[in-house]
Amino acid sequence: MSESNKTSLKVMSTFFILGIIFWGGFHWALEITNTEEFCISCHEMEDNVYQELRQTVHFTNGSGVRATCPDCHVPKEWHYKIIRKIQASNEILHKILGTIDTKEKFESKRLQLAENVWKAMKETDSRECRNCHDNDSMDFTKQGRRAFDNHQRGFEAGKTCIDCHKGIAHALPMGMDHNSEIM
Amino acid sequence: MKKGTIFVVLFVVGLLIGAPQSQAGSGGVGGLESMRGGQDLYEDSHAPTFKRWQQDQQPLKRSYLQQPPLVPHTTEEYRINLRQNKCLSCHSWSRYKDSGATKISLTHFRSRFGTELADVSPLRYFCTQCHVPQRDARPLVDNTFTPVESLASH
Repeated sequence: MSESNKTSLKVMSTFFILGIIFWGGFHWALEITNTEEFCISCHEMEDNVYQELRQTVHFTNGSGVRATCPDCHVPKEWHYKIIRKIQASNEILHKILGTIDTKEKFESKRLQLAENVWKAMKETDSRECRNCHDNDSMDFTKQGRRAFDNHQRGFEAGKTCIDCHKGIAHALPMGMDHNSEIM
Repeated sequence: MKKGTIFVVLFVVGLLIGAPQSQAGSGGVGGLESMRGGQDLYEDSHAPTFKRWQQDQQPLKRSYLQQPPLVPHTTEEYRINLRQNKCLSCHSWSRYKDSGATKISLTHFRSRFGTELADVSPLRYFCTQCHVPQRDARPLVDNTFTPVESLASH
């Protein structure tokens, strides 16, 4: 083996190992920001939306399967996830600015914040809901009378989960248009 | 003096009659059986079986004319507060046709002063004060109550 070949091998293996370290570290950091503990480490999240979630079926239920913040608010697929993570830098900015650092400030912003989430969910055809709730796997006959009727009507009309299921995990904002909340 | 003697005799007789009974009814319940059974006062009571909410069904019959109709479905997680009234998202006049639900009575659009209002009166806003969902509990005491005749075909 020539001297230059040896050098390029060294350089390549160094980059290879560095690549593993950086890529692994990046993913590790990304996963840390994708946990509920991380989300509610800000009091804005813990005191408001997390307390509301605790009252709902997505927190306690018969089977003990529960949803955490990122299950609904962060996409699972990699490229969507990265886009969402980049958008989250705006959330860091507003954390620093203290835009919603009191209950009153949060409440006055709630309509806007909720509408943002509803819009995103509608645009993605409620993608994050469908990570767990798949309408192909939904047995309507196992559902209650009202769900049996309304799910079939809704799917036929091309509706998406969030069209009807608003405010199921958090309190609804004051001053919202209740005609947009079908069910 | 004599009265006193009679009183003492009666008291002793009373004790003699009473004593065995209070012993028989262990735990000082005096042999009486309450609706929770003849249970010792000092023992933990047995937890009754868990009563589940009745699932979706057809409207329930009324027992008397003025009875607020019962809720024939579960209402778990249905919130009625300043932000929302989950009941009205199906039972309001603007929604009942789409949802197939019973519409809210016109009597609920009247204020306490008799003024007719354009929307549900705040007086009637908290539906579950009168309209309640049911659990699968049998009556504690059997009874022979039958609804009035005017509800016979209801």
